[in-house]
This record gives sequence, C-alpha cells and structure tokens, in this order.
Amino acid sequence: MVTADQVISMIQTDMPDAEVQVNDLTGGGDHLEVTVVSEAFAGRSLVQQHQLVYKAVQSAMSSEAIHALALKTYTPETWSKVSQSA
Amino acid sequence: MAPEVQERIETLINDNKIMVFMKGNKLMPQCGFSNNVVQILNVLGVPFETFDVLSDYDVRQGIKEYSNWPTIPQVYLNGEFLGGSDILIELYQNGQLQETVEVALAS
Repeated sequence: MVTADQVISMIQTDMPDAEVQVNDLTGGGDHLEVTVVSEAFAGRSLVQQHQLVYKAVQSAMSSEAIHALALKTYTPETWSKVSQSA
Repeated sequence: MAPEVQERIETLINDNKIMVFMKGNKLMPQCGFSNNVVQILNVLGVPFETFDVLSDYDVRQGIKEYSNWPTIPQVYLNGEFLGGSDILIELYQNGQLQETVEVALAS
C-alpha cells in the first residue's frame, strides 16, 4: 500500500503544476480516489489525461501497491466550473 | 508481448463492435469496476461482447500493454480504446457515451 502523500508526490514529480486530492476509499490504502487538476490536460482526451496520471504512478500500479485508482482529471478551467456547480 | 497474444487481442477487438475486457463475464462480473461497465452498457441496451481476463493470464497482462492502460476493465469501440470504468461513467453521465455508441453502431 502507499500513503496519500506518496501518491501526491509521485504525480507532482511528473506534473509539477498539478493539484492533487487523494481519498482512501476503503481505509486500506489500495483503493484510492484521486482528483488531479493540471494545465497539462488541456487539449487532451480523457483517455490521454488518465494515461498521463497512470504514467506518474506506474511503479505503484504494476507492483499492485495500488489495486484500484478511481481517477478524475480536470484542467483549471473545467475544474472551476465543476467546483462552482458542486 | 508475444505476437500470438497480440493477434488474439486484435481479433477480439476487430470482430466485435463493442468489446469489453473485464474480470468475470457480463452475467457474473467479478469486480465492482467491471460491473459498472456492464451495467452502463446494459442500460444503453446495446450488444457487446466480454472477455474474462481472469481466465487467461496472457491476455490479462497483454491488454494492459496493448492499450497502454494499467487497469481492467477496458472497453473497445470499433477497434478503438474508449476507456475504463471511470471514463465510461463520466461519458455516460454527460450524455456523450450514448451518442458515441450510436454513431459507432450505425457505421
């Protein structure tokens, strides 16, 4: 298992501007819900956006330290719309 | 990945307009994320095929490499990778999935 802080630092190493929130869904550290906001997502499809994040946490996923990652990705623009409507 | 594994994956993807690589099958999904995808496709009422990666280790690992995507389930539409559980849910909720699938099935 990995800690939320480790996941955040893995993502920010690859994507320095990213704002990252991690929710531990089960408390066991292996089912995580991660929200990432980054300018790097602009102009990319959802699949490409998720692939960027997966690449950053690849080592933890392939070792099964993380079994499941529920991902939400936003550009700063789309995030401001989502967070206003929520 | 071994060429014969890649060939099997390509055959599955090319022979079915909607192909789901999942844990379990459409009647008995063995994972909550796989179940999400099956439920969404059932609600849309579209025909789809599933492949149980738990039954085949080579395909289970090979599809991750093939799609450059680390998790199961994976959905292919007209031979193109559409996404996993999160993306299917998001596309369904914003209405894009219905449209994308209708266009693909009509082509």
